[in-house]
Amino acid sequence: MAELLQVNNLVTQFKTESGLVKAVDGVSYYIDEQEIVGLVGESGCGKSVSQLSVMQLISAPGEIAGGEVIFEGRNLLQYEANGPEMRSVRGAKIAMIFQEPMTSLNPVLTIGQQLTEMLQLHIKMDGDTARKRAIELMSMVGISGAENRIDDYPHHFSGGMRQRVMIAMGLSCNPKILIADEPTTALDVTTQAQLLELMKDMVQRFRTSLVIVTHNLGVVARYAQRIYIMYAGRIVESGTTKDIFANPRHPYTMGLLKCIPRLDEEEGTKLVPIEGLPPNLINMPPTCAFLPRCSYRLEKCAKEPWPPLTPVNGNHYIRCYADTKEKSK
Amino acid sequence: MTAYIIRRLLIAIIILFIVTLIVFFSIRLLPGDPLVIFLGQQATQGGVSTAELDRLREEYGLNDPIMVQYGNWIWGILHGDLGKSIYYHEDVGILMGERFPITLHLGLLAFIINIVIGVLMGLAAAIRRGTWIDAVTTTLANVGICIPVFWLAILMIYFFGLQLGWLPIYGYTSPFKDFWLNTQQVIMPVFCMAITMMATTARLARSSMLEVTRQDYIRTAWSKGLRERSVIMRHALKNGLIPVITLLGIGLGMVFAGSVLVETIFAIPGIGRLLVTSIFAQDYVVIQSGTLVIAMIIILSNLLVDISYGWLDPRIRFG
Amino acid sequence: MTEKNTIAEEFQEAPPRVSEWRRFWRVFLQRRIVIFGMVVLLILVIIAIFANFLAPYDPYRGEMEDSLQQPNSTYWLGTDIQGRDTLSRLIFGTRTALMVGFVTVGIAAVIGVTLGLIAGYFGGIPSMIIMRIMDALMGFPMLILAMLFAAVLGGGIQNVIIALSIATLPAYARVMNGLTLSIRENDYIMAEQAMGSSNIRIMLGHILPNAIPPTIVLITLQLGGIIMAEAALSFLGIGIKPPGAAWGAMVNDGYRYLSQNPVLSFAPGIAIMLVVFAFNMVGDGLRDALDPRLRGIL
Repeated sequence: MAELLQVNNLVTQFKTESGLVKAVDGVSYYIDEQEIVGLVGESGCGKSVSQLSVMQLISAPGEIAGGEVIFEGRNLLQYEANGPEMRSVRGAKIAMIFQEPMTSLNPVLTIGQQLTEMLQLHIKMDGDTARKRAIELMSMVGISGAENRIDDYPHHFSGGMRQRVMIAMGLSCNPKILIADEPTTALDVTTQAQLLELMKDMVQRFRTSLVIVTHNLGVVARYAQRIYIMYAGRIVESGTTKDIFANPRHPYTMGLLKCIPRLDEEEGTKLVPIEGLPPNLINMPPTCAFLPRCSYRLEKCAKEPWPPLTPVNGNHYIRCYADTKEKSK
Repeated sequence: MTAYIIRRLLIAIIILFIVTLIVFFSIRLLPGDPLVIFLGQQATQGGVSTAELDRLREEYGLNDPIMVQYGNWIWGILHGDLGKSIYYHEDVGILMGERFPITLHLGLLAFIINIVIGVLMGLAAAIRRGTWIDAVTTTLANVGICIPVFWLAILMIYFFGLQLGWLPIYGYTSPFKDFWLNTQQVIMPVFCMAITMMATTARLARSSMLEVTRQDYIRTAWSKGLRERSVIMRHALKNGLIPVITLLGIGLGMVFAGSVLVETIFAIPGIGRLLVTSIFAQDYVVIQSGTLVIAMIIILSNLLVDISYGWLDPRIRFG
Repeated sequence: MTEKNTIAEEFQEAPPRVSEWRRFWRVFLQRRIVIFGMVVLLILVIIAIFANFLAPYDPYRGEMEDSLQQPNSTYWLGTDIQGRDTLSRLIFGTRTALMVGFVTVGIAAVIGVTLGLIAGYFGGIPSMIIMRIMDALMGFPMLILAMLFAAVLGGGIQNVIIALSIATLPAYARVMNGLTLSIRENDYIMAEQAMGSSNIRIMLGHILPNAIPPTIVLITLQLGGIIMAEAALSFLGIGIKPPGAAWGAMVNDGYRYLSQNPVLSFAPGIAIMLVVFAFNMVGDGLRDALDPRLRGIL
């Protein structure tokens, strides 16, 4: 089955006062139909920027400096950022929901207006049909009394409710891919769980692929079928969820998993933090970015540039020179 | 929303009260015989007999304790009696009533030009940020706020009046009597009044729109695949123009300040000119009541602006 | 297996700290127009200080036979009706304008900031009274308020300064009030109070220092307006009257002789524009360098 979305060597950089920041430095991944993929990494690793780049929502001082985004046979990056081709993709084929429900909705427009405008734009529904559909969508995402609430303003809704509205908006035009950029980070734990379950249900119903961008390994463990781990603007490990959690191979991933408590560990096992600090992304050297914090490092790592993604086991890839199989620390 | 309005109303009333105190007592701050102050030159120049002075003292209530004088004045104001002008020997209310429509005429025109051009300029600069449009309009706005109104007036009089002879350089005839002449007379004063306002409006509109376009919900709008026109008109504009409404309040203040200068130079019989001549004539009755009326108008309009601000923002209107 | 990183190596990964001063200057001098403003201001300050040496003639007295001369080699900008050299009056006018400007903002800032601090910190009745009075003062257009006080007090440079100070101090009070209110909410203020620090100590030591950047920006942005207001007052004849050298008064003087010698009115106007523009640009630059977040407020 041909991939739905193929990203090749995406490079997005920001010109800052202190230098050039390559927030996304040669990222390649793919999304298939009807799957849930997790994109995991810490703050500043470039995961959000990569997704914004796919939608060409990057504005100055950032710019997309290279790579391809192949969707439905065409490279999206060849089109003008706000041109008609990108606009026909945004919302209709690839939709995105954002982290901050409090500020992502326009405070002076009603929820109804914000829902129906997409339906009218992409599906060409007329006002009444769009309104009916909007009410349906709101009910689907679990907003009770949707008929009465459709003319309410965003500030009448709680954070969790607003995210539900965002989910409704995202799926309203039946996109092929829904990108969720840290959708639950700003919400409390209970709401998080509800929302994630809702998203899983909805994308199954709509047969949409879902990309969950998060720093929370727990979230992807439960919902994602495949995972990409990002560090300092590049993907360092990729594979199925099962594989990665059972046999993490990149030193960074291994470090991450040692930091979180697990039910299958012995009581009393200590949590081991990753030593060192996140890298300064300004004017990065070509060598591996994880080098200063890595306990597996070789002579080679300081001399050669970062290796490409190499398979270690079927579909499981890592970007590392060291043989990490033997060491189990 | 009602609570919002009532609170604003109460505050406005308190402020008005304080304004009356400021106006009244600052005039009486002057040392010396209040009669002299009030009647200015005439009293000291000895052209008036002592008996006459006493009579005048009684008539103007200057023998009463100061709080009583204040009370009488306020009482009068509330009943529409603004006092009698020393210089013009007329009821101040009538004086102002005659001149008000003229200042209003000029001010309204200046205001409309200000809003239309100022907002458009600011919007253009914000939407096309970083391009030559932005650079040109921003520079124009930055220079515009530096131009002294009275100097511009004189400049225009020199070129359009004296040198080219295109426009009359003073006077005001009612538009109902001679519309064409009135239009010619009004062009230069209105433009002078408008220029500072326009520049300020443009700057505010620009920065407000820029602020709005950085918001998350604009990014959401783009991610929905909307075109630029929709993003700007539906999503950005409404949010961006709300702060510009506050300019309506400031604009009124600029209209009055501008009218003082412009009406003096162009010899237009409006409120501004009345105030200036009264200052030179030391006609404290007019100064007192005139300043109060102007402040009242501004505070009331600020109140209206506040209320409409609340009405436009759904977060306040719908609680 | 290599050894662990030393602490030093680890810390090399942290982003470098650019010193605050260097960052300030870099942002401040970023735009050419700001540099232009600074240069103009510097020149004007020098002119104001050294006016006595720079002016070719006495600005206050002139030779009657030289009255109303066009710009020529003796009098570069011509003379007015009294035979006074326009250029000299322009130069001394710089001193007047800058003096009025700086003294006024000085007074207004000190009084305004104090009032705002008290109102914001103590809240309640003092705040109500103070801020309502400020609102009332701001209800007048600045020019009209200044006119009222200048009329009541009379003309002359001293009274103009007083009048303008009263008209401009509310802005400082308002900004300071808002600032104090927001800082007061911070936990560290509560911690200070719990430690037993006196109110004065908290106000002066913790809240006031935060006021310095916005106050400085406000000062530079207001200076232009104050100089314009003084010019307007002098133009109307309510402010500084001739033979005093004030730009506004010069414009007024020249108005009568517009057809004969327009330079008399034009020149001082250009001077006013230049000063106001310079102050505004420097003010913008200061604001961007000190705290761009102020862009919405100031």
